[in-house]
Amino acid sequence: MSAFQQVIKANETAILSGWLSEMATSTRRTDLMGDTEIRQQATELLRLFTEASQTSSDVQSAAFASTKEFLKDVAKSRMDQGFTPAETALFVLSMKQPVFNALRDAMKSNPSELVTEIWAAGNLLDKLSMLTVTNAIGFRELTIQRQQEEMLELSTPVVKLWDGILALPLIGTLDSARTQVVMESLLTAIVDTNSQVAIIDITGVPTVDTLVAQHLIKTITAARLMGADCYLSGIRPAIAQTIVHLGIDLTDIQTKAKLSDAFALALQRSGKTVVSTKGSAPKPKEL
Amino acid sequence: MDRIPILKVGDCLLVTIQVDMHDELAMSLQEDLTSQIARYGSRGVLIDISSLEIVDSFIGRMLANIAAMSRVLDAQTVLTGMQPAVAITLVELGMALPGIKTALNVERGMQLLQEYMDEGPEPEETDGSEA
Repeated sequence: MSAFQQVIKANETAILSGWLSEMATSTRRTDLMGDTEIRQQATELLRLFTEASQTSSDVQSAAFASTKEFLKDVAKSRMDQGFTPAETALFVLSMKQPVFNALRDAMKSNPSELVTEIWAAGNLLDKLSMLTVTNAIGFRELTIQRQQEEMLELSTPVVKLWDGILALPLIGTLDSARTQVVMESLLTAIVDTNSQVAIIDITGVPTVDTLVAQHLIKTITAARLMGADCYLSGIRPAIAQTIVHLGIDLTDIQTKAKLSDAFALALQRSGKTVVSTKGSAPKPKEL
Repeated sequence: MDRIPILKVGDCLLVTIQVDMHDELAMSLQEDLTSQIARYGSRGVLIDISSLEIVDSFIGRMLANIAAMSRVLDAQTVLTGMQPAVAITLVELGMALPGIKTALNVERGMQLLQEYMDEGPEPEETDGSEA
């Protein structure tokens, strides 16, 4: 055990108050965090740190496990509260100043030892703050990943147009991961709603390349295997041209220019007609 | 189970696959089914695979073969109740089973077979996409 640990242990109260005032000037975010909470966190971290550094000066050692665990919680709560990773790191880094002050007061007589001890203490605190930043960014990445998954779910709604008629309006670029979700949710919806017809509408798909077309064909074939008819609608003129230029064969697939056309066809095939109730002589609308 | 039971319902044969198919079982089903079609002069075959959760290319090919053989013996095959996972697997394997009619459940499948038998042998130029 080197000297700085002893100094920290001896001056715990002084360091804590110095640390708190340091934070109050440099990194304080009163809008995000109250005084009592920050005091609690600082007290707890200093206690854990002092305890751990009595037995080891290696952050990776078992002695620091509880300190690291605590920093993880701190990082998570701060990320949730809206702190930046830098501000979270400064929470640990602002401990340096009071620790160095305490060391300076304790080792006034021996400058060379003072430098060694400052270096050792600084090193340890740097590692801890780096750990905090890593944790903070890790949590943010987890959030991003979760949101990506949620977006994937949100972007593939299967809507029921009529008894036995489903529509799947696709919006945004289709990639392999997304088409997989599209395929699965459509097929599951077909089973759940017992639908005979599914309409895939690609009005919101900006580009169709061979890969996207192949994914669509696969989805339509899978739906057919399950016993449902699948129409493709919302093909814009530009996309029709692209499809022909790319040599994609859609002859086995029923395509329509507009969703309404596909819906009319679906109604017709399931033996339904739309009748106008206004006007003198209501006639069945020709579908 | 040694063999998959084949039930005769009127002019049709009804096969429900309720166990995981292994190759031998598939082969014996193929043999049994063709001999039963010939024996009863059946016009339709309905295969329900709603309990089938795993398929491989062999089972896929076997299903296509059964449909083709039935066609030769003048019987229409309808495959019903395919699970989404099975459909995805077959498509990924590149087996679209073009000659086979499909339906969501046995009820619809029976309806389809009935329509087919009422119409009599239909000309082959239809694109096979009718509901």
